[in-house]
Amino acid sequence: MRIWLVLLAALALAPAAAADRGRDLYFANCVWCHGAGLQGIESAAAHSSPGNGPAGGPPLLGVGAMAAHLYLTTGYMPLRSPTQQPKRRRPHFSAPDIAALVGFIGAHGGPPVPHVHPERGSVKTGLTIFTEHCAGCHQMVGEGGIVSGASVPALKAATATQIAEAVRVGPYVMPRFDKHDISPRELDSLVRYVLYTDHPDNRGGWSIGLLGPFPEGMVAWLIAGIALLALARVIGEGLKR
Amino acid sequence: MKWLWSLLALLLGRGRRGAPAHVERQRLIPEQPPSPRGENIVLALLALAALCFAAFVAVYVLDRLPDHTQLLGLALGLGFAFAAAACIVVSRLLVPVEEISEPYANEPNVAQVEEVEQLVGESGSRLTRKRLLKVAALGTGGAMGAAIIAPIASLGPAIDPDALRRDGWRRGMRLVDSKGRPLSADHIESKSFYTAFPQDVSHDELWAPLVVVRVDAERLDLPHGRDPRLWAPEGIVAYSKICTHAGCAIALYRAPLNEATSARPALVCPCHYSTFDPATGAQVLFGPAGRPLPQLPLLIDERRELRAGGHFSNDVGPSWWGVRRGRA
Repeated sequence: MRIWLVLLAALALAPAAAADRGRDLYFANCVWCHGAGLQGIESAAAHSSPGNGPAGGPPLLGVGAMAAHLYLTTGYMPLRSPTQQPKRRRPHFSAPDIAALVGFIGAHGGPPVPHVHPERGSVKTGLTIFTEHCAGCHQMVGEGGIVSGASVPALKAATATQIAEAVRVGPYVMPRFDKHDISPRELDSLVRYVLYTDHPDNRGGWSIGLLGPFPEGMVAWLIAGIALLALARVIGEGLKR
Repeated sequence: MKWLWSLLALLLGRGRRGAPAHVERQRLIPEQPPSPRGENIVLALLALAALCFAAFVAVYVLDRLPDHTQLLGLALGLGFAFAAAACIVVSRLLVPVEEISEPYANEPNVAQVEEVEQLVGESGSRLTRKRLLKVAALGTGGAMGAAIIAPIASLGPAIDPDALRRDGWRRGMRLVDSKGRPLSADHIESKSFYTAFPQDVSHDELWAPLVVVRVDAERLDLPHGRDPRLWAPEGIVAYSKICTHAGCAIALYRAPLNEATSARPALVCPCHYSTFDPATGAQVLFGPAGRPLPQLPLLIDERRELRAGGHFSNDVGPSWWGVRRGRA
């Protein structure tokens, strides 16, 4: 009987406990840069001496569950130094902890974690949108690259939700795209295309890293060059006789 | 042109100036009958090759044909193929093949040298229309040279340099996105970038594509003489999307989420990473571009839609030698 009572009490308190967990995690891990009221911390030292001095971080009021979910599930946060570029790695927190933190930050307002339906989109439309908005940095098949002052991540490991979040949030130096620029329907197609690039249908056969004209040109020169040499040799031998 | 003709005359006239009478020697190569058929084939092949090279030049200069690139490749490829075929026919049908191998002597052997010279002289004895063949070969060579140097024309227009200064923007022209929808000033957000075109104009025009961004008011520092009310209404700025270095599309916008800890906002060209600052009239921050992106003044009409406020501030497109001349 006592056990049942305890269980019931635990069930009733569970949401409150999750909120507390999120709050505890925030104050244990994030408060140093983002501030006790999620208001962010300005730091003059952030410009001049990366890694030293008080940490500076952007406010999290109003960023919503969307940005929190993106940064935590990709392992972008927590960062070692505020001037460092966030890089994808194994998430620092466990899935329940991420849920608790996302809940805590989301409770301060802002957009929720988006729902994407890549199965409703079309690869063809997605390709057009990707070409116009994304391929400049991420390359045609999401291999990533560089932009002056930052590196551009590959999109191979990104999940559908993370792609949609990144489009709306614009992490690090990426621009963000609102619903006037890329509508929710178009976003479905875009996500479908990016997921497609994980296993593209290489009609030509050999993909050579899907990096475009440079490896293709090298292959053309090396293979065509050797073939031409062989042909010249055959002609020469033929003329001798 | 004049010197080309004189060169031709010099080369052709050489034979005419009374060749020294050859000392009659015994022939080393048995005399063979002339082969008019072979010569005709060579002439025809050379003519075809010259025609192909001329066609390459024509296609290159016209620049308007469909499948332009494929035609260029075809013309150049066929030209070289015909020229090679002509060489093969000459070597197989018209010139006797004689191989001599002798141990190498330390002292120059005058007799041997003379023998080789005689061989070379005699090997041409089958040709009956030497001058015609020479003209044909020269013509083909000239056409080949013309075809090879024809792409120099792309370094810039020599006849009509003003063709590069084309700018179709007029005051009041409406800005639309790639799907033809008008751009509303209310939908231009900071940290995002937009591609715009003039309404009802081909997107292929060099001056047509624009990149539109919103700049923070306190960062805005336009060059002297550009009134922010016209050139950056409500912080919205528009620049030509065509990079001033090599003419690629400015497809990258570096938009830091947290400006305190990352690089400042910049428009970046993906080809060679020329980096422009949208807040200062697209001054070059980094990379090979030699001049800022041309800026377009903007108007916001009563329906809050973006319209052009006049012409570009500079010439659009990749730079050429005269780009700084004339207009400022």
